[in-house]
Formats: sequence, structure tokens, C-alpha cells
Amino acid sequence: MAKVTLVEAITLAHNWEMSHDPDVLVLGQDVGRNGGVFRATQGLQEKFGNQRVIDTPLAEGMIAGLCVGMAAQGLKPVAEIQFMGFIYPAMDQIVNHMTRLRNRTRGRLTCPVVIRTPHGGGIHSPEHHSESVESMFCHIPGLRVVCPSSPARAYGLLLAAIREPDPVLFLEPVRIYRYARQEVEDNGQALPLDVCYVLREGTDCTIVTWGAMTVESLKAAEELARQGISAEVIDLATISPIDAETILDSVARTGRLVIVHEAARNVGVGAEIAAIVAEHGLYDLEAPIQRVTGYDTIVPLARLEHDYAPSVARIVAAVRATLS
Amino acid sequence: MSKKTAAIDIAEATRLEMYRSQYRLREAEQRAFDLFLQNLVKGTSHLSLGQEAIAAGFATAMQPGDLTFCTYRGHAHTLARGVSVEKVLGELMSRDNGLMRGKGGSMHLTSVEHGVMGSYAIIGAHLCIACGAAWRAQYQGKSDVTTCFFGDGTTNIGAFHEALNFAVIWKLPVVFVCENNLYMEYTPIKDVTAVAQPAADRASAYGLERILIDGNDADVVYQTAQKAYARARAGEGPSLIECLTYRHSGHSRADPAKYRPKGELEKWKESDPVKTYRARLLAQGIKASVLDEIERVVKAEVDAAEVACKASPLPPDEIMFTDVYADGGCAWRN
Repeated sequence: MAKVTLVEAITLAHNWEMSHDPDVLVLGQDVGRNGGVFRATQGLQEKFGNQRVIDTPLAEGMIAGLCVGMAAQGLKPVAEIQFMGFIYPAMDQIVNHMTRLRNRTRGRLTCPVVIRTPHGGGIHSPEHHSESVESMFCHIPGLRVVCPSSPARAYGLLLAAIREPDPVLFLEPVRIYRYARQEVEDNGQALPLDVCYVLREGTDCTIVTWGAMTVESLKAAEELARQGISAEVIDLATISPIDAETILDSVARTGRLVIVHEAARNVGVGAEIAAIVAEHGLYDLEAPIQRVTGYDTIVPLARLEHDYAPSVARIVAAVRATLS
Repeated sequence: MSKKTAAIDIAEATRLEMYRSQYRLREAEQRAFDLFLQNLVKGTSHLSLGQEAIAAGFATAMQPGDLTFCTYRGHAHTLARGVSVEKVLGELMSRDNGLMRGKGGSMHLTSVEHGVMGSYAIIGAHLCIACGAAWRAQYQGKSDVTTCFFGDGTTNIGAFHEALNFAVIWKLPVVFVCENNLYMEYTPIKDVTAVAQPAADRASAYGLERILIDGNDADVVYQTAQKAYARARAGEGPSLIECLTYRHSGHSRADPAKYRPKGELEKWKESDPVKTYRARLLAQGIKASVLDEIERVVKAEVDAAEVACKASPLPPDEIMFTDVYADGGCAWRN
């Protein structure tokens, strides 16, 4: 078993699935010869050739459209969009076709596509290179939105995403691409989609988060433990559909909920989670729900980026507020 | 523009098939229009009346297994691949006997078993999707060719250029067919396009031959299609073909087409593809009785389709919740 980073786990998952399923293709700008801007597809073109690892033109709408045509014909394309802020030209294909072909053709045409893209900031790059606009995609019926937060989950969830018969937007938390190494057994074992992963059990407050914010949330839970407060940390992992059951069960035990996400607050996924708990778990709550989020502004330049994203201090303060 | 009508080197059976196809498209769409007037077709729809030679000519030149991608103006292309009139009219009427049992509607006709890989109502998108389908053929070493039909308005959107560029780079087996009916919905295409021929004049930008043909002449369309398909099957790459034509009706059912100058429609009706083709066949020595019999059989199919569609039940309301995800529904969101 090898100790790998999150981005290396992504490469391993590609390699496994391409080795075992000739229908799996990889495409995107710079994914072949260069191995991707973050090296997530490194070595794949050398191994599988340029017809299976396709260096496309810089044209995200074309990349997504190719995926629709390939997938409707039985292939399983895995596309990389270089940064999440570059994904908007692909929106037409994702919204109007990729996620609707199944519905309008009553299942005769389907789109088993994975679109991978880096998610979030923290790499000293503003705006387009640091976006976390998952809520825009969670609004689209027919789409799954997935975000791993560790090498093992990146490996297992990407395999599951590729094998999923519906399209999946696979968000890769860029800041923790190389944050930590973890032992990952390269055995082709997928992890379940559509469920949360409990990263730390606790009794006083539930923290729900995903992506790179799991790191801050776990650090906050450590700090809270030192202060005598027991926080449960849940990694949402599949952002859409939301595994409401795990969240509601946790809130029923802790009575408190803090939602942490990097994306701007207004109509963020946190609002949906809060609504679910308000609809189905209101009487379990001992205190108002707190959201710790990015601000409703543009992701700023490097000097300010750490003030934009939720910090350990802000998460600790929010949990303490639910207990006050 | 090629004006030659050297039809005599096309087999008689093929010419009769192209007449049958054009006549059938005309009859089926006129019946669709009658059904609108009876308020039996809900929502919008877009007819190809006057443009039948393109659908018939290309479909006749295709082989089984070839793929068709079309726009929201897709009834003719769907029918031309052999889909029954009943299945198409049923879909327009949202009936349970429709192609997708009343879920896709006029703008999304799809019949996988006939190679009709969908109608796409967002301009330009399906050119990129067609490239993906053609990629699969090339990747798997198959000999099928993908044909992608679109209107003149499509030539000004980015996806048109992205798709042409990609198809040429990889020499994909795809044929792009621009049906230039002179109007981008309600606006003359010449008023909003930098070049005179919106598709043909762009071909050189992608290293492609400039091909501009009379889209109202099924023989010319057929022969052009044959050449493009032979080129694609030989691994020589895509073609871009601009077909000049004219729609006899408005853009959609709600459009009386009053923006067109007086006399323009009448002038184009002189080259009505169905009528001129019939006259040509007669001049070539085909007996009128042969054509009459073709027409009788087509009319019988359309009549029977109307009866069957009117008798077909509506699909259950529950279809709204089906086929959103692979599990068959969308339960977790509702």
C-alpha cells in the first residue's frame, strides 16, 4: 500500500479504471502531454495513448459537448476543466443536454460523464482560479456534485463517479491536493456516493462541511476539545444529493449545527442544509443554526485570501455561539 | 452554386425513394400543421415545409448505422430516417404512442434505433455533441458517419467554430450540413453575418472545401452527401455543406412571417422541392401512375397515424418524476 497525496490518488483512480474499462477516456486542456495543470492525469497519455487521453483545444463548451456525444454513444468520458472559474462556457452543455438527455429521451440516451475541476482557493490566485460555485450546480436536476476531502475518498469516490450512470461534477479541493499523504490501497474499490462521512464523533455540536474546509473544521474541533467542547465533524462528500439522514441523526444527538463552506453565503449549499434541518429537525435544535462561509464578494487576491475563507477561529466562535 | 441537375446517373429506385421521402415529409408536416390548428399539438413546433429535399437527400445517401443530429426543426430529419409518422405526430401531440411517450416533444425527437441521436434546441450545442459521437466511431474503428444538421443562424455562435476546428484536427467522420433558409428566426441572416454565405464562406478558415449547393434539389443534395460520406468513411475527415433553401412557413407555429418581403415566398415556391422533383421524374419518363401510387401509400400512412394518435391516451402525469436519474426517478430531491 502506498502513501499518496489527494492528487496522486486521483491519478491512481484514473489509471485503475482506464486499465480495466476500455470505454473510459480522459479529455481536457493540457491533460495529455502535460499531465494536467495540477498533474492529476500525469503519465496517462504515455500509457494509454492520445486517443484515450485527449489534449483538447481550450474550449470548455466543446469539451463538455464532446463528453455528451461520447457518453450518449456508450463511452465514459472523464473531462478536466482546468479551474472551476473556467467552467461557465460548459454550462450550456451541462444544464441543457448532459443532465437532461436521460429525461427527455426516457432513458434511451444517457450521459455517464465525470467533469473534474479544482475547487476553492488558497493557492494565491484570485477569482477564476479560486471559485467554489458548487451551489450553481446543485440546482441542476440530473446532476451529482461530489467533493472528496482525503486521498482515500478521492480515490474511492472518483471510481464511483466514473462508474455512475449519471453525470457527476467532481470537485477537487485544490488547496489540499498535496496537503497530506495517506495510505491508499490501489485495488479498484469504490466508495459509496450520496452519503456523508463522519470524520470525528462528538456530542455537543455538529459541524457539516466539505472539501478543504474539512481541514479547518477538524482543527477547530481539536481546539474546541481543548476547551471542553465535543464537536462532531461530518464531511458531506456528495454535495448533491445531500445525505439528510446522517445530518439529521447527528443533530438529533448534538442539538446544534454549524455549517462551514468556502463558497459565498447567499444561497450557498449551507442554506439548503439549514432548510433541511429546519424542516425535519427543528425540535432537535437547542440553538439557532450557524453558517461560517466565504463572503458575498469576489474571491480576493493572495494577500486577503485567508481572510476570505472560513478560519479555525471563526468556526470555533460559531460553535461557541451555539452553546452560549 | 451548383445548378446541375444530372440526375440520370442516380438509379431510378433511388430517385423514386427520394420522391417518396420528400412527399412523405411534406404530407406529415402539413398534417402536423392541421393538428396545430385543431389545438391538438401543445407548445411550439417548427416545420421544415419547403426544405424537404435536404432531409430526403441526405437520409437516402446514409447507410444503416449512420447517425443523425438535428435541431429543434427536426421532424423532417427524423422521419427521413424511417421513423413512423405515427411516432412523430404522437410525440408532437404528447401522446403515449409518441417516440418518447410524450416527454420530449417536437423539439427533442430522438429514435436511437433509427440513428436519430436527438434534436437539440440550443443553437450550436449539438455540433460539439456530434463530434463526440463521431469520435466514438473513430476510436472504435467503426465505419458509421455522423451527420449534423443546423440552420444558418448557428454559424455565428462559438460552438460552430469550436466543433469545426475539433473535427478537422482529428479528421472525424462527421458531415456538417447548414440549411440556409435565409432567416435566423425572424432576422435576415445576411444582416447579422460578416460574410455572404454563412457556412460556405467560413469553410476555408478550417481548411475545408467551400461547398454551396441548391438545397431544393434532392439529386444535388444526394450526390453531394454521397461524396461527403465517402470522404468521411475513407478517413479523410469532415465536410461542411451549405444548402440554400427556404422555409414556406414561419419560424415557429406562432410566426406568420410578415417580415419577409412581398413576393419572396412566391418566388421560392417556384422551386418547391416536392413539386419540381415530381415534374422532373415525369420528364425523365416515370409514369404518373407510379408517383400516384407512392402518394396514395404515403397519404394512407399519414391518415392512419392521425387516427392512431387521436386515439392514443396521454401518458400518466407521473412521467414528470421519471428518468431524472438512473434509479428511474428523482425521489431524493422531492
